[in-house]
This record gives sequence, C-alpha cells and structure tokens, in this order.
Amino acid sequence: MLDHIDMTKLIFGRLSWEAIPFHEPILLITFIGVLIGGAAVLGGITYFRLWGPLWRDWITSIDHKKIGIMYVILGIVMLLRGFADALMMRAQQALSFGDSAGFLPPHHYDQVFTAHGVIMIFFVAMPLVTGLMNYVVPLQIGARDVAFPFLNNFSFWMTTFGAGLVMASLFVGEFARTGWLAYPPLSGILGSPDVGVDYYIWSLQIAGVGTLLSGINLIATIVKMRAPGMNMMKMPVFTWTALCTNVLIVAAFPILTAVLGMLSLDRVFGTNFFTNDLGGNAMMYVNLIWIWGHPEVYILILPAFGIFSEIVSTFSGKRLFGYTSMVYATVVITILSYLVWLHHFFTMGSGASVNSFFGITTMIISIPTGAKIFNWLFTMYRGRIRFEVPMLWTIGFMITFVIGGMTGVMLAVPPADFVLHNSLFLIAHFHNVIIGGVVFGMFAGINFWFPKAFGYKLDDFWGRCSFWFWCIGFWVAFTPLYVLGFMGVTRRMSHFEDPSLQIWFQIAAFGAFLIALGIGSFIIQLVVSYLRRDKLRDTTGDPWGARTLEWSTSSPPPDYNFAFTPRVHDNDAWADMKANGYTRPQEGFVPIHMPKNTGAGFIIAALSAVIGFGLIWQMWLLAGAGFIALMAAIITHTFNYKRDYYISADDVVRVEANRTRLLDSHV
Amino acid sequence: MSEISNSSAATMGASPSSRYYVKEHHPENGTLLGFWMYLMSDCLIFACLFATYAVLGRNYAGGPTGAELFDLPLVAINTSLLLLSSITYGFAMLEMQKKKVKTTLIWLAVTGLLGAGFIYLELYEFIHLIHEGAGPQRSGFLTSFFALVATHGLHVSFGIVWLITLMFQIKKHGLTPENGRRLMCLSMFWHFLDVVWIGVFTFVYLMGVLP
Repeated sequence: MLDHIDMTKLIFGRLSWEAIPFHEPILLITFIGVLIGGAAVLGGITYFRLWGPLWRDWITSIDHKKIGIMYVILGIVMLLRGFADALMMRAQQALSFGDSAGFLPPHHYDQVFTAHGVIMIFFVAMPLVTGLMNYVVPLQIGARDVAFPFLNNFSFWMTTFGAGLVMASLFVGEFARTGWLAYPPLSGILGSPDVGVDYYIWSLQIAGVGTLLSGINLIATIVKMRAPGMNMMKMPVFTWTALCTNVLIVAAFPILTAVLGMLSLDRVFGTNFFTNDLGGNAMMYVNLIWIWGHPEVYILILPAFGIFSEIVSTFSGKRLFGYTSMVYATVVITILSYLVWLHHFFTMGSGASVNSFFGITTMIISIPTGAKIFNWLFTMYRGRIRFEVPMLWTIGFMITFVIGGMTGVMLAVPPADFVLHNSLFLIAHFHNVIIGGVVFGMFAGINFWFPKAFGYKLDDFWGRCSFWFWCIGFWVAFTPLYVLGFMGVTRRMSHFEDPSLQIWFQIAAFGAFLIALGIGSFIIQLVVSYLRRDKLRDTTGDPWGARTLEWSTSSPPPDYNFAFTPRVHDNDAWADMKANGYTRPQEGFVPIHMPKNTGAGFIIAALSAVIGFGLIWQMWLLAGAGFIALMAAIITHTFNYKRDYYISADDVVRVEANRTRLLDSHV
Repeated sequence: MSEISNSSAATMGASPSSRYYVKEHHPENGTLLGFWMYLMSDCLIFACLFATYAVLGRNYAGGPTGAELFDLPLVAINTSLLLLSSITYGFAMLEMQKKKVKTTLIWLAVTGLLGAGFIYLELYEFIHLIHEGAGPQRSGFLTSFFALVATHGLHVSFGIVWLITLMFQIKKHGLTPENGRRLMCLSMFWHFLDVVWIGVFTFVYLMGVLP
C-alpha cells in the first residue's frame, strides 16, 4: 500500500518549478523588484534593531489604536498593488486594437482583472473601513479598548495573511481567471484546473474569518462599552454606521464562508453542488454569493456615510441636520441591503415577477440614501463652512456619488439592465459609487483623523493635489466607460477590433494616469507631513474644533484613551462639554485595568496561512501538520489566564501632567 | 476587555463626581453577547447548507433516494444520544452553580461520551453509505446531504475537543468566574448543535423517507 503513495506528491502536492513564472518577463521583473525592496526593508529593520520594538509594540499589540493604524497601512499598501493592476488594464485596453495585441496575453489579463477586483474590495476597502472603525469607534464611545482585544489582533492578522496569499499567487503559481466572484462552472475544476481559484478561495476564507470576528467584536464593543449616559440615540453617527456595518458583516460573511467551502469541495472532492451534471445547480452559487455580495457593498459604504456625517457637521460648525432621520436611514439601508441581491443577475432567467420585485426594492434604497444627501446639504446650509481637505473630499463625494447613484437606479430597471448588464456602463457605475463613495470617504477619514492618531495634521497643499487629481482623474477615467457601455462594449475584454473605440480607451487611460498622480500626491503628503511634523503639530487634541468624544483626549491618545471615562449628556458630547465649561480633571487618578499584549493572534493566523497554502497546492502533509499545530496553538492560548495588567496611578499622573504642560505651553 | 471583572468598581473612596466624567467605570463583560453573535453567524452557515439541501435534495441523478438509504432506527438512536447529552450538560451546569467541581466534571464527561457515541454512529452511517456506492460524489442529493450532516458532525467533534480542554482547565483552576463563563459558552454551543440536529433529523431524515 505504501508503495503507491508518491512521497514527492505528498510533500509538494501540485507545486513544482513550473509554478514559478520564469517565462513571464513582467512578473519576473516585479518579483526581482519585490525581492530587492523586501531585502532593503528587512535589512533596514535589522540594521536599526527594530525587530524587538516591532514585535512588542505592533505585531503583538492588542491596542485598538495600533491595530487600526496597521489595518490602514495594509489597505494603503494593497491599494498600490490593486492600482498597478488597474493601470495595466487601462494600458492594455488603450493599446490592444486591431493588429496590436497589447502587452498582456489573455491568460495574464484575466488574472489581472480578477486580482484587481478581489484586492480592491477585500484587501483595500475592507482594511481601510475596518481600520478606521477600529481606531475611532472605541474613542467615540468613551471606551478604553474593544470588547475582545485579543480577537482584534487575531482578526487583523487573518486579514493580513489572506492578503499575503493573494500576493504569493503572483510569484508562485497563478491567480484565478474567473472574475472577482468566480462563478461556476468556469471556476469549477473542469473550467479552472489550476491553482488560481484555490488561491482565491483560501485567501478569502482566511481573511473572511478575520472580518467576521472583527464584526462580532465591534458590535459587542458598541453595545456593551458605551460611556455612561450615551444611549443609542446619543451615539455619534459614525458609530451608528459602524454598528450597522458590523451587523451586516456578521449576517453576510458566513454565507461567503459556506459558499466558498462548497466550491472548494466541488473542486477537490468532486462533489456536485454547482456542477452541470449529477444534479448540481450553478445558480445556487450565483444566488448565495450575491446574498453575501450585495450586503458587502453596503458594508463598505455605510462607514463612509458616517465619516462624511462627522466631517460635514465639524466643518460646518453645526450639529448634524436630522440626526434621527440619519440613523433611521442607515438602519433602513441595512435591512434593504438583504432584499436586492437578485438585481446582479436580472438576465439569468428569474422571470418578470421576481425581477420586478428586486428592481423595486433596489430603487427603494435610493430613498434613504437621498435623505442622507439632503441631511448633509441642510447641515451645510447656513453653516460656517471651512474648506479643509476632509471637507473637499466630502463635497467631491456628494457630487460624484449622486451621479453614481442615479446610474445605479437606471441599472435597477430590469429592461434597461438587459441592455446594460455586463457592459462597461456597469463598470463605470460601480466605480462611480465605490471610488466616489468609499475611496473618497476613506481619504476624507484619513485626513480627518490623522492628527488624532499621530499628533500632527497632514499637509494641506499635497492633500488638495491628491483630491483634485483623484476627483478629476476619476471622471476622465470613467465617463468614457459610460459612453462605451451605451455603445454595447462588454467588460473583461483584452482586445478590440473596432478602431473607432480606441480614443475612448485612451481618454480612460489618461484618467487612470491622473488618479496615479492623486495616489502619488497622497504618498508625498504623508512624507511631507512627517518632515514638517513640528509645524503641523496638534497640541490641543482638537485641531478641527470637532464635536465628538475622540477629540476630548490628547493627540495621539494615551494607551488608556481616557484617564476618566466621560459621562455623556447630549449628542456631540465633546461639543456639549466645550460649550458648558468642562475642565480637565488634574488629580485623583486611579490605576487603570488594561489587556496585555500577546503573540498568539499572529501565530494562529500564520498557521492558518500555512494550512491555506498547503490546501491550495494539495500538500496534504503540510496542511495536516499545520492543522495539528493550529489546534495546539489555540488550546495553549486558552490556558493563558493572565491577560490583563494595571497601568499604575503614578503613570497616569505623569502622562496627564505632560498633557497639562503641553496644553499650557500653547495657549 | 473581556477578562475584566465587575467586582472592584464600587469600593472607591469619596470623590468629586464631575458632571462630565465618572471616577470608575467598568463596562459589562461582552463575552456572552459576542459568543451568541458567533452562534448566530454559525447558524447562517447551517442556513446556507439547509437551503442548498432544499434545492438539491431531490436531485438523485439516477442514484439512490433518501427513502432507500436512510436507516431511521439508527438515526433515532443517534438523535436520542445527542438530546440526552444536552440534558447531561444541563446537569453539569446545575452542579457548576453549586460550585461542585467533581460532579460538574462527571456530568461533563458523560456529556462528552454521549457526544462521542453520536459521532461514532454518524461515522458508521457514512462509511456504510460510501460502501454502498452512495458517497457524496454520487448526486446533488448526496452532496448536499453529506455537507449538511458532516458539518454538524464536525461541530460536535470540535465541541468534544473543547469540552475536554475545559475539563482540564476546571481541574486546574476550579470553577472561577472565567471558567464559569467558558462553561456557559460551551453550553450555548452544545444546545445550539442540538437544535440544529433537530432540524437535520426532521428536514433531512424524516422528510427524506417520504415518497
């Protein structure tokens, strides 16, 4: 019996030297670049002896503020990768006409558009959203950390290792060629026999666990840990949107887990969930993945709505117009987001009645969203508006997003969808709402809360450059796609024959170049701000004259966030405190109970990635050993009962005295 | 801050209670709420599997049907083992409330043994089916059947591993508040699996043998 088992197969599975893309010059050059860059970073860390601090203060940290910052860094790094994919697609489509085949063969091009979608949604938008929620929510509700600090660290590392697997597919094997939702039968083992879809499945499974757990964590935090006096209708709007988003996460991500699990059973064990013969049903996949997928887009946009709400009221110097209606609109969107999934496949034979139902529910969502837009406009009306960078992003959002929303309502009309589905019109529409909504929201949020996190503002000039390049670049890049969509051009094409279309793709490519300048300006903004940090320093903790509790503490906040837990009497608690002569307590400090750092989250997540890699390549030995190690690590972690410590009253006194000195020196 | 207890809050000395801050604030522990939400998310995974079974469950593809395959007396024994284990877990919780370590452990052990018996019978059924040529690859019906029942079985198996781990921890640290909370979570998990199994028994087995 043993003779029949091939040891190489058991250890290496499907992995061989052929999986390394020596024959693809683009990948090879990228790989060499990554090796040199990676060696430089690792060498730098070693040279400056940063491994210890990195491990102690960041990797094992369970401070929600540091985890939030790490999420945002992950999002920005992955944005560069996802945007490189976008540039390659725009360049390919601008060049590949008639006799010219462009520079990307279809096999590679298909991986690029799949990776672009997967990375931008799961590893750019999600980490940025989760990062900002992680950083801001506990501060806004007057808490000292999240409900489950260890779980928070673990969630972050699961997301990061999921991203790591996608990156690994670039150089070891290949990524899926199926589009970002990997419909079977194309994603089945007959349509995609190689490892691409397996990379897709396991990177999303691992990251998905992290997302689900962070969703549970933030709900428990918001429900259980609000400061005394802050009832639900006194919560800041960003916290409300975070709550709704996390409810959506907990209610949607298990469906993704289940459906991807079924797909991988079909691929590995030859079961018949979604196959064409032996009683499988591929439409089951399409339905399930969109029952997750549609709430997912609201998971991304709701926190952005929250960010804009905070920014509009801060920079208009007024309390938010229609707080109650804003909350109800958010809740209504949360519920409706589960009743619209079928509009993603009107053309797949559901029949007129079903299509009408989902078309109507889709159109109804624009009502609460419209209410939000009016609330923001009325907040600005008669406000003293300051056009700082976060406010620019907000106004850019309001204009861009409304147009994206209107093209969405067009697509919600089933007969129109029969003409426009799978065309570049659709591509233009969802970039219109995701860039104009989520990306603008994240940049607004980063510019808004950066001084809170780092103690100095971001540079104004480069922030403005970034905004204008992004905003104009967006319109130059995607208006041509609306036009092309009306002309019937379909998505995901690597080559065109009709030369009259080329000019539109060239304009779109120029738009992508403008967006590249926007991203470049953002990077420069970070560097310049760091260099000018003494000039940009925020000593007050409240650089914008803002209204919610996170601005009542110092910038950056101390480890314990608040020396004393605030007591809340009104919406916009910090505005209320400022208006009614709040004085900072200077004495009577007591020891503060805090959770202790642990490396368990990193180790368990790393083992999960090892198992994922083993399963992708069918290295059963590695996967099995990884699983045993994983169980051992989890059980060992549960035997750790000493998970907390006290910050002594003396330490609190010292930190608070420093802050008093800082405040006094800059009156 | 899941591990922070509520006890030390009230004992602080007299302090000038300001309008805008409180001297000491210890938010409620969120573990049970968090675990409940995890269970609900798990429930959605089962919901997907049930829905898939509802769609594929009659796609026999020329293969055997449920009426031909299911051995109801065996499943009835299996069901009673799992239901009984829920009751014995309840006894363990009662003993836990009385702070009796030894009897708590005994009832937990009984629960674990009943769970193991359940898993044994389930594996026996699976192996039997596969030998008859009714493995998960045979048809859409068998694919969705195996996925649903095996997912439940995997949950029970993890529950048993957790139960054993917890027994060691109770032996080591006694019935501390932390361990009480952990017992409570496992209790919810165990009863949840029981409820899911009632769904499986009714929806898959009982309705499966109907013509």
